[in-house]
Amino acid sequence: MDAFANAMPLQGFIGGLFIGLASAIVLLGLGRIAGVSGLSARAFGIASSGPPRAIALAFVVGLPLGALVTRLLFEGVEVHFPDSWFPLIVGGLLVGFGSRLGSGCTSGHGVCGLSRLSPRSILSTITFMLSGFITVGLLRTGGYL
Amino acid sequence: MTRVALALLAGALFGSGLAYSGLADPMRVQGFLDLLGDWDPTLMFVMGGALVPMAIAWRLQARAGKPWLDERFELPGTRHLDARLVIGAILFGAGWGIGGLCPGPAFANLALAPLPALAFVSSMLVGMLLHRAVSD
Repeated sequence: MDAFANAMPLQGFIGGLFIGLASAIVLLGLGRIAGVSGLSARAFGIASSGPPRAIALAFVVGLPLGALVTRLLFEGVEVHFPDSWFPLIVGGLLVGFGSRLGSGCTSGHGVCGLSRLSPRSILSTITFMLSGFITVGLLRTGGYL
Repeated sequence: MTRVALALLAGALFGSGLAYSGLADPMRVQGFLDLLGDWDPTLMFVMGGALVPMAIAWRLQARAGKPWLDERFELPGTRHLDARLVIGAILFGAGWGIGGLCPGPAFANLALAPLPALAFVSSMLVGMLLHRAVSD
């Protein structure tokens, strides 16, 4: 059996718990949605509404700090990037524009909104997942993966 | 100041979860979205894990009068479904598939793979600015 040979369900679930716990702290402690697209737009002065900029910036700065500590503490924290920067540039543009137009991303809609059973977040999450499946399916079919 | 410290702590915890879970790895994200290839279900477990504390948090929130460190909850109240929501999600999902990154992992990767992450983050901020330019 080499189906799902690369899967790491337990590590994924535990990491997911951390993500959910962090979102819960933002909700119960700061009274806000832990949506990274909204918080980063606020931190960089792109969005005029949202929490005070210092709070948004602190959360965004925390992201790489937490990732760094985690890689120092645990083995097997690896990331694999494509050789070309082209998909990063195109992907970044679409993620930035789309998350602002759609009022959220994987964290705000996918984690915070789904768990709230928000109709908008349920529609958003279904749509961006389908779009992701179709996009990667097209890349696979076109021989780009 | 306490709120800034809590935000930093929450961000670090969030980034830690992203790195540990595999969600910060673009190849794993593409593996999850790659139904026609060697499908990797890990992200379903990440999502499942993240929803547990948040489902509890929403129940606590419903009974709390105010957050620990602020005067009131500032939460989205919009309920109507519109084209902007759907078109935004379509574009976002396409970018997520092409780059293998969404905003949280993009920032987390500034520590794990600084140069490619910086390329994605810069481009993402340009995308956000473009949206602001066309929506004003």
